Amino acid sequence: MTAGCGLRPRPHRVVGRRRLAGDVVSLELEPLEGEPLAFRAGQFNMLTAFGVGEVAISISSAPGEGSTLHHTVRDVGAVSHALTASRVGSLVGVRGAFGTDWGVDALEAEDVVVVAGGIGLAPLRGAIEQLVSSRTRRRRREGAPEAPHPGEHHPPREAREHHSTQPRPPHLHLSVLVGARRPDQLIFEDDLERWREAGAEVEVTVDLATPGWEGGVGVVTALVPRITACEPDRSVAFVCGPELMMRFSARALLDWGMDPERIFVSLERNMQCGCGICGHCQLGPLLLCRDGPVVRYDRTVASLLQERER
Amino acid sequence: MPTTIAALVAAHPLFAGLPADTAELVAGCSHNVAFDAGELLFAEGGPADTLYLLRRGRVELELSSPGAGTLVVATLEANDVVGWSWLFPPYRWHFDARAVQPVGAIAVDGACLRAKADAEPAFGYELVKRLTAVILDRLQSTRLALLDIYSKGETS
Ligand SMILES: Cc1cc2nc3c(=O)[nH]c(=O)nc-3n(C[C@H](O)[C@H](O)[C@H](O)COP(=O)(O)OP(=O)(O)OC[C@H]3O[C@@H](n4cnc5c(N)ncnc54)[C@H](O)[C@@H]3O)c2cc1C
Ligand code: FES
Repeated sequence: MTAGCGLRPRPHRVVGRRRLAGDVVSLELEPLEGEPLAFRAGQFNMLTAFGVGEVAISISSAPGEGSTLHHTVRDVGAVSHALTASRVGSLVGVRGAFGTDWGVDALEAEDVVVVAGGIGLAPLRGAIEQLVSSRTRRRRREGAPEAPHPGEHHPPREAREHHSTQPRPPHLHLSVLVGARRPDQLIFEDDLERWREAGAEVEVTVDLATPGWEGGVGVVTALVPRITACEPDRSVAFVCGPELMMRFSARALLDWGMDPERIFVSLERNMQCGCGICGHCQLGPLLLCRDGPVVRYDRTVASLLQERER
Repeated sequence: MPTTIAALVAAHPLFAGLPADTAELVAGCSHNVAFDAGELLFAEGGPADTLYLLRRGRVELELSSPGAGTLVVATLEANDVVGWSWLFPPYRWHFDARAVQPVGAIAVDGACLRAKADAEPAFGYELVKRLTAVILDRLQSTRLALLDIYSKGETS
């Protein structure tokens, strides 16, 4: 087993398992012994399916959201298949936490725009959870009403003419834009509803509507110019999904008026050591296990994303 | 909140930033309309005679095909534009457009707008540029949907 950095996989017990979509399963893991692993939202762990192999999987719970770890895995190959098939009570190895995070703890008064495609919501879930709960706490401290009505914080789009003088909502400037191919590929739907109820602007769109779907139809990039809760010049953006989706979403955010320095994307490459030793995860000048997965969408990253698709 | 049609026209992103007399020009072809949820704004194959500037609600562009039922091609919301087939011969709608929520919109008469664009080429050029930008956006969205941008994993 490759276990660089002096770290051996710590055995964890699967204490919860939930199927979120056809091939996507969320696992809840508890350490067999010792303290729960410390991490920041956006980081990943190397998960071992014993006897099969080890893969990088983002942490989808938020720091402090209970003593267990949540990982959301899509069954695409041998290791992810073994992980998604693991039963409650079985053991999984965990090494980590590795890599850079979304930097939620360093945010001050910024608006946050989150753009997620498909399973890309998994690495973002912890950050959104943290933002929603810290802003709810702040509202409470400042004596604002407990539960805002959905939509109360951001006036409906039609009421917000171009140079609007509407007062900005005081606390929760968070837009969560989610896109998926089909409605049955959406994950964390109950969380999306809960975030909406907590005052976040949550918009969901699919490419192909199936009967009964009442949400939007179109690609996620088309939601960017429709954002009402956040302002481009005060926002940071967190984008995660397949690379084409991130590339076009980043462009849509730039067109909306955002500064590239304030757009962050999460890049994936095959990983082995997870801690900057083996060189497996190199992308241009970056070792993504160490310099990523969360990187700023600056010129280097923009051109790397483009080059890799030529 | 703007109340006159000209002010509503000027507040819509399609016409944002145009001189006041241009907004008046468009307003001269326009009136307010409302649709209940479920109502059709227009039907595939019908004569395309109106540009809709959405102010509230949601509209679905749909295609029905025997066997496959109704396919939703896109959903459009406040500040979006619905319908440009009135600009190009043979002036026929290519989709059904259905309100899925109560819709408020400004309906701009297509023939009236074309006549004004013909009479004032500078306005006409501006109009076509702005509509083309909308059409390009939709084309790009369609391409992205065809590419299935959510299915590709890492490309290493
Ligand atoms: C930092 C980081 C975080 C990650 N977070 C998650 C996560 O939260 N959840 C998760 O499910 N995966 C995540 N991944 C991806 C996961 O590590 C890979 O999918 C891994 O290769 C799966 O190993 P495998 O043995 O099951 O499949 P492999 O045998 O490695 O791959 C099987 C097939 O699937 C394709 N494939 C590989 N990765 C993907 C992908 N992401 N999407 C679509 N097809 C793919 C391969 O090209 C191959 O054809 C992350 C990767 C990185 C680097
Ligand atoms: S995975 Fe080994 S250097 Fe990054």
